Amino acid sequence: MASPDLLLSASSGHYIHVGVINVSVTNLLIVLAMIVVFVLALVLPFPGAGDLGPDRGEQS
Amino acid sequence: MTALRTTTVGAADHPSTNWTTWLRGRISGLVPPGEALPDRQPAYVVSWIYVFGVLTLAALVVVLVSGAVLAAGGVAWWHVSGLGHFVNSMHLWSVELFFAFMVIHLWGKFWMAAWRGKRVLTWVIGVLAFVASIGTAFTGYLSQSNFDAQWISAEAKDGLNAVAIGAWFNVLNPGQMLLWHVLLLPVAVGIVTVWHIVLVRRHGVVPPLDSERGE
Repeated sequence: MASPDLLLSASSGHYIHVGVINVSVTNLLIVLAMIVVFVLALVLPFPGAGDLGPDRGEQS
Repeated sequence: MTALRTTTVGAADHPSTNWTTWLRGRISGLVPPGEALPDRQPAYVVSWIYVFGVLTLAALVVVLVSGAVLAAGGVAWWHVSGLGHFVNSMHLWSVELFFAFMVIHLWGKFWMAAWRGKRVLTWVIGVLAFVASIGTAFTGYLSQSNFDAQWISAEAKDGLNAVAIGAWFNVLNPGQMLLWHVLLLPVAVGIVTVWHIVLVRRHGVVPPLDSERGE
């Protein structure tokens, strides 16, 4: 049987409150991870992209 | 021996009025020939940012399959079965990935102004898919058959009553919310998703802003 303290800690998360913005730490970390993935998708080279050369025509 | 007799209805030199002919023409004309399932793409598509649309679609397939298994087991199944709990977790996490991929797809398309080149409707239908997906996820949270679902519905009812839709979309009615979640909203998401993909195949993938081709 879970203790009341454990139940309390399981039901309430940590929140960051700045002005009108109130976000849980969990959701903030997920949003930050999505931004990291977005930036990596822009900067990381796609496999095979270097084989195209200067002629950016159609490729299979 | 009886000769085989064939009859041709709707000869080629007469314009057919059959609804099947009309529908066949409309379906075959939805996308240019060869573009429905292409095996070649413009070179600018070779970028990770162009992957997130199809990742969203892949996550949606997992959402639908895991949701169908959950529907077979019933709303209480995942509370009493280890397998049910596993399938429920698959459903939850595929939804999380679905939304993460969709939002990154949205960011990428927003910053490359993907509505260029007569693609406004593609963008608008994508917005509709996003909104329909939010409604589907919301009714999913209401269909968990636990205190979390109760809490969310009690918190949501005032907001929905304030915009005057509470009478026909009653979040305190778990049966109604479950049917919206497993039938009406998935059908809506499916229709707008297919519509979105048809429009993408019809107009092609939007080129980057610095591309000299495709504009």
